[in-house]
Formats: sequence, structure tokens, C-alpha cells
Amino acid sequence: MKFALGGSGALVFTRGLNEIFRPVALQASSRPVRWVFLVDTYKCIGCGFCVKACKLENEIPFEANVSRTWVERYIVTKEDGVFADTPKEARHGFTTSRVDLGQGKYKDIPREIIDKAFFVPKLCNQCEKPPCVQVCPVGATYQTAEGVVLVDQKWCIGCGYCIMACPYGMRFFHPVHHVAEKCNFCYHRLAKKMKPACVLACPVGARRIGNIKDPGDAVAKTIMTQRVSIHKPEYGTNPQVYYLGLSEEVR
Amino acid sequence: MTVLEEAWTIKELFVYPNEYIYWSIQIVMYPFMTGLVAGAFVLSSLYHLFGIRQLKEIARFSLVFSFALLMVAPLPLLFHLLRPERNFYVFMTPHFTSAIAAFGIVLFVYGSIVASELWFLYRKHLVETSSKLKNQLNKTLAEKIRYWVSTILTLGVFDLSETTLRKDEKAVKVLAGVGVPVACFLHGYAGFIFGSVKANALWMTPLMPVIFIMSAVVSGVALCLLTYIIVMEIKKIMASRKRSPLAHPTLEEIRGVEMYEIGITSKYLIFFLIFSISLELLDLVFRGYTAVKSWDILRNVIYGKDFINIFLLQYTLGNLFPFILLLIPWLTIRRAVVALVLVIFGVFMMRWNVVIGGQSFSLTFSGYMHYHLPLIPRDLETFKEGLAGALLILGLPFALFWALSRIFPVFDLKESPR
Repeated sequence: MKFALGGSGALVFTRGLNEIFRPVALQASSRPVRWVFLVDTYKCIGCGFCVKACKLENEIPFEANVSRTWVERYIVTKEDGVFADTPKEARHGFTTSRVDLGQGKYKDIPREIIDKAFFVPKLCNQCEKPPCVQVCPVGATYQTAEGVVLVDQKWCIGCGYCIMACPYGMRFFHPVHHVAEKCNFCYHRLAKKMKPACVLACPVGARRIGNIKDPGDAVAKTIMTQRVSIHKPEYGTNPQVYYLGLSEEVR
Repeated sequence: MTVLEEAWTIKELFVYPNEYIYWSIQIVMYPFMTGLVAGAFVLSSLYHLFGIRQLKEIARFSLVFSFALLMVAPLPLLFHLLRPERNFYVFMTPHFTSAIAAFGIVLFVYGSIVASELWFLYRKHLVETSSKLKNQLNKTLAEKIRYWVSTILTLGVFDLSETTLRKDEKAVKVLAGVGVPVACFLHGYAGFIFGSVKANALWMTPLMPVIFIMSAVVSGVALCLLTYIIVMEIKKIMASRKRSPLAHPTLEEIRGVEMYEIGITSKYLIFFLIFSISLELLDLVFRGYTAVKSWDILRNVIYGKDFINIFLLQYTLGNLFPFILLLIPWLTIRRAVVALVLVIFGVFMMRWNVVIGGQSFSLTFSGYMHYHLPLIPRDLETFKEGLAGALLILGLPFALFWALSRIFPVFDLKESPR
């Protein structure tokens, strides 16, 4: 009895430590594969090839104003604060220095007042604790053994609860099929040992995919040894897209 | 290729590309309608359960009305689904970690309770109607239909002995008792659907289910009382046309009963209104006082973009005005009607401000979305998610109520069952 209690105490303690740094906990689990993503924001040049490649690969109508992935631009100024935009999800890249304010309005920002500016690619975080899966009333969205969250297009009823539940705004209704849609790390390609479309399309290597369970995996090594961060940890979703160089201004 | 939601969403400043107002007018209608269902039932139970004799007249009325509303309550959800033909999947593979998964089950359980209570309450009437029409020769078509409907609805139980009737009465009481927590659950549950969305800074509060229940009772009581007044006014006009001293019921009889019921019910209404407003204000004060990260954008929405909707239309016009109108002594029917319409409008605006207001700011906390209700339907989607769809949902319960009242009479003053 004493042993059992002590043992469970130790278990809670080690689990507690692992919880502090999530990748360790994931590495320790028994699954052979857990896909994770690494985005190097220092490398991104905002060309938008990833968005274009994603839309073509995953049959999201190119002109529709929704996307599985997008690129954000942040401009931090001396006087006017922070500006951010993602014109047409950056499917054509960032072709003008003017910031898109929505409702057809744009703002010119003089170069002299800019402190820093950078691009941040966004894609589904394939959360370890996905709130979208939790709220689906029919179980049409689910997490695979490799940690990727998928949507069953044949079973989704289109209630939109998953869209409401995602703190990252990753989900949308497919404009043609009228069911929930999201990035799935190009799961169909991963199954054939191919890389996601956005990873292949990126000309600068800002997007990389890896298996955190494989100690020899270059992405896993970077995540384990470098200073990486995740989006919105306060929601307790345990996202699995890691960022290098994520700035405090990023939403 | 346009996105459906672009028909009613306008974005301002920095909003994620996939963000739109996905939950629009039908999701405003959904808690509004279930709220009315729950409220109407609670009102009817006040009499059956707690024996508040003064509410006898309005109790039967509310029960039948609650049943009519109940049948319409799932329609907004059905209209809202992008794949409505798949609605039954929620029964086939319910995923119980979802707050919506059990909606069908909860609604079905509640529906069964209300239907059973109706049956026990009206069994005597059904048997009497059936036996009266059975012996009648030369039945008209309407009478034939009434005969068959009444006979089928008796479910073959024609026993009208004293013991059986007493058992009926007891069953009504038990069902009213079980029904109140279930009705509160039905609506608290609707509140939980919103309150548990951690991604939404405005929705996420444990107070949401309680706020929903209180406002539900307010709206249900108000709508029942309003419909009751309208029906009684029509009866008054009919009675005054007859002008016969032997006419039953007489104008004075109706007037007396009506004013009595209005006076008592409006007191309960004020009571629930105070609870409802207190909870909502507590939520607002608490958010402002704790001022966590999301407060900056919430403040801009609450005190800026949605100021008119929240403070003028909901709190002032929908809460404060009717509150004063009902509190001024010597309540008149006209004043009561104005107050009741305002109360119902206030609860509708509360639902609107929760559902639409909760989506009027971006997850980036740096941008806004504006909702424009589609007024003229251009296609099926803008019909369902537009003014026309909302009006259809609003009107249906009244039509159903009329149909139900053919079978379950709610207006007879003297011949009323228990």
C-alpha cells in the first residue's frame, strides 16, 4: 500500500515536471510518430508560396477568402504602435508596403518610424488537447494516433461549434462542401512519406515538419535544444507548432 | 467564389482570415426560443407545483404554450446547420464531450414530460369530448376530426372515476415538479454551450447558464402574460358583441379575472427580472474589475461598438423602462402590454448581444467584425440566416398554439379542468 502510494506520488511528480515542458511528455509517450511543426520566423520573407501551394493541394477555391494556412505581417512603429495584416491570407504574398486595415482601407507607414517588421506563418497547431475535437457533437473531427486533427467531411453536420472553439481561428467552412475545414499537415501526403505542400513550397526553409518521437529527427532536435515558443499557451490546448523568434506582438 | 458568411460579415482592422460571424440570427433565436419554453413551463409549474392558486388560469395556458414553443425550439438549430440533412447524426454518434451532443436527448426528455403533463391535465376533457361526440348524430367534418383526435389522444383510458382523477392530479403535480429542474437544465444547458467556449472572451463565464435561466424565466413569463392578455382582449370584444345578460362569460367576469392574473403574474415577473439584471451586471462589473487581457477589446465592444445595443436597447429600453412601468401602482392593461413587449425585446437583445456581440471582436484582440442581418433573402442561406428565417421561427409557435388550443382548450373560464 505504502509502495503504491509512493509510486503514484512519484508518477505525479515526474508527470508534473514533464508538463512544464510538453515536448518531453510527448517524447515519453508510447506512440511511434507524433508530427510537430517548426516555423522559423527569422527566415520567412512573406512570399505567400506556402498559401498558394496549400490552396492548390487541398482544393480550397483559390479566390475564396478562407485558407488552411496564412502569413501575417507585423510592423512595430515608434509612435503609432503595432500594425498587423494578412491581405488575402497572403496568397499573392505581400505586394505593397501599405498595411491592410480592412473595409478597403490601407495605411502607408513611413520607413523612418518602423522599429521592426517581420512575417509570421500560421497553420493549425494540431493541439495535443484540441478544443475543436472536444466540442464536435457528432465526433466528425478527431485526433489521429500521430497527433494530427482531421475532419470527416462525410460526417460533419456544419454546426460551426469547432470553429467557435478554436482559439487560433484556424477552422472555417469549406466554400463548396459546406463542412468544417482545417489544416491537417497534409495528412494524405504524410501517409505517403511526402512532406506537406507548404513545406515543399517554402523557398527559404521557414516551414519544417518533424516527428518529435524520433530522436534523430532534425526538427525534433531543434525543438528540444533551442528556445522555441508556442501560440497562446494560456488556453491550455498544448499546441504542437513551435516557433523560432516569436515576438511578443504576435497575436 | 465567395464565402457564405461574407454576406453578413464586415471586418475591420486585424482579423484572422478565417474569422467570420459564423453563428448568426438563428443562433440568437435558439436560446431565445428555448428560453421562452423554459419560462412558460416554470410559470405553469408555479401553480401546479407550489399551489399558487392565483395563477390557475394562466397555468394551463402556459403549459400548452410551452408545448407549442417546444416544438419550434429545435428549428433554429436545424436552420443553422450547413448540412441540415445530416441532423440525425447527432443521435447516431453523439459525442458526449460536446455540449451540443445531448441537446436532442434533453429536449426529447423535456418534451415527453410536458406531453405527459398535458395528457394527465386534459385526459378528463378528452374523454368527455370523445363520449359527447360519439353519441352525436350527423357530425360535421370538424366534429369528426375532433372526435377522432380526442379518442386517439385518450390512449384508450376512458376511466373517469374519482380515484383515477385524483391519480391524474397527482401525476400532474409530480410531472410539474420533475419538469422544473429539467426545464432549467434545458436552458442552463444552452447557456453552457456558450459559457464553456474558452476561446471566446465574452462568452466564457460560469455565470452564463444561470444568467440564461433567469432571463429565460423572465421572457417566458412575459410572453405568456402578453399572449394571455391578447386572448382575453379578444374574448372581451366577443362578449361585448353578444350584449346579452345571460352571455357566458360576461364582460365583467373576464375583466375581473384578467386584471387579477396580470397583477399577480407581473409581480413574479419583477422578481425574476431583478435576479436576471443583477447577475448580468455582476458579470459586467466583475470583468471590468478583474480586467484580464481580453478586457481591453471587450471594453471597446461593450462601451463603444455595441453601446447602443447593450446599454440603450437591452438595459434601458428592455429592462429599466418595463421595470418602472410595472412598479408604478395601479397597473393598467395598456401599461402592462407596453412593459411586457419591452421585457421580451430586452431578453431578445440580451441573446443578440451575447451571440453577435461575442463574435464582434477578433481572436487577435486587435480587430472587429460587424454583423449585417440579411433583410431580403437572395438564396436559401440568406433566407435561413436572415430576417425571413427569424420571423418564421417567431411566428410558428403562435400558429401551433392555435392548433393545439383546438384540442386542449385553454380559455374556458368555468369549464376549465382542475
